[in-house]
Amino acid sequence: MISTKHLDVFYNENKVLKDIQLEVKPGKITGIIGPNGAGKSTLIKAILNIVPHSGKILINGKVSKKELKNIAYVEQKSDIDHTFPIKVKECVSLGTYTGLKLFQKLGNKEWSRVSNALQKVNLSEYENRQIGELSGGQFQRVLLARCLVQEADYIFLDEPFVGIDSISEKIIMNILQDLKSQGKTILIVHHDLSKVREYFDDIVILNRELISYGSVRDSFNQKYLKAAYGDNIFIGD
Amino acid sequence: MIQNFINGLYEFHFLQNALVTAVVIGVVSGAVGCFIILRGMSLMGDAISHAVLPGVAISYILGINFFVGAIIFGLLSSIIITFIKNNSIIKGDTAIGITFSSFLALGVILIGVANSSTDLFHILFGNILAVQDIDKWLTIGVSGIVLIVIILFFKELLITSFDPLMAKAIGMKVNFYHYLLMVLLTLVSVTAMQSVGTILIVAMLITPAATAYLYTNSLRKMIILSSSLGAVSSVLGLFIGYSFNIAVGSSIVITSAIIFAISFLVSPKQNFIKKKVKIDD
Repeated sequence: MISTKHLDVFYNENKVLKDIQLEVKPGKITGIIGPNGAGKSTLIKAILNIVPHSGKILINGKVSKKELKNIAYVEQKSDIDHTFPIKVKECVSLGTYTGLKLFQKLGNKEWSRVSNALQKVNLSEYENRQIGELSGGQFQRVLLARCLVQEADYIFLDEPFVGIDSISEKIIMNILQDLKSQGKTILIVHHDLSKVREYFDDIVILNRELISYGSVRDSFNQKYLKAAYGDNIFIGD
Repeated sequence: MIQNFINGLYEFHFLQNALVTAVVIGVVSGAVGCFIILRGMSLMGDAISHAVLPGVAISYILGINFFVGAIIFGLLSSIIITFIKNNSIIKGDTAIGITFSSFLALGVILIGVANSSTDLFHILFGNILAVQDIDKWLTIGVSGIVLIVIILFFKELLITSFDPLMAKAIGMKVNFYHYLLMVLLTLVSVTAMQSVGTILIVAMLITPAATAYLYTNSLRKMIILSSSLGAVSSVLGLFIGYSFNIAVGSSIVITSAIIFAISFLVSPKQNFIKKKVKIDD
């Protein structure tokens, strides 16, 4: 289980996240929503120890720093240099690094995990392409394959549904549902409110502080959304 | 002319030394250069290669091996640049500009003070034809170490260059690899000083790597191609410099630039000529 206590994050002088108290229920797909600049990505980066923070973050009761290998993280795909000379299968193989020691090379076992993952996201025939040759949706699937290879219990995805085609979206969603049924905990940063009910079991509504956390039925309503987005928000029921 | 060069190789020990040293430098700077351009650190490479100069001068004054002083100053400059960038509103390129020009100026003054047999001109522009046996072996040794480190840490260098965010997320010490690369860069800068001189080292680092980048779709192949191009430019440059009695360091740099220019026009990734035709249609 992931829990945060009094989590604060500063960027320079600005407080980006204030006193976040969360106990994420395991085995669910949880969406993190909120307006631009609400600190959604920052929250998962803090849990991953990528950004400095104060307060306590525990994973399975241990300090999160010690449990990093149990989290697979898919950053926003725009953060990655698409012209880098790396093939699809090599990119996916980076996911095996958590299990390898320094100086240890990838063996057959690792490469077979890579090709299994590529099969799951339906990209086997692209394994020798350079990553820049893929479409946005295909590349998102490559990143998901990389995170499958990590075989982690916790999976964090940052805006995985931005700029992708509907086939890729469907493949990704099916895999995530499958992972959930295996008992994995999935956290997804998401900004498009229209598909919240379709994608998530639970949601975290955030605007620098925690506004609500609960099941989509309990938390995804006018009251909390207005608290996060201001009065102009409207969602149909 | 080629016969003349080959005869020279049989006849003159200094030319043999020059050839071996130039090829080794071409290979190692081509390899390290790949990481430099992929991390967007070309300017940093320029800065560090200039910043080793005061270290070299102080080493001469103190009578210690010039690698020691060079590494200290190379790292010092990269720490100062990173510190300015992270702790002020000054942007990275400005921090680099300020740091490396001051280090270069300091180096020129110190070499004047040292007033030894070291010729400033040779440090700035290289003097491959005067490489001694000891320098040759030192270059081979240092380059060997650099290449071994790259091979051993290939996996880690790949992930921290390609996706530093993921590397951090799985708990890797990304900063350690940054400074490891700075150390390698400094070592290469000092060795390359002999062939092309401090001023032009950056060309040895980035031009072959940039050329290789235009042709390859995996890091391993890019490094192999870049190293080969570095070696080929070094041999051709040495040959041209020796045959026409012009500066060898500059000939090497120009040769490697010409290879880049041709690749820019014909490489499949760039596809410049075909694109041009398409637009004309």
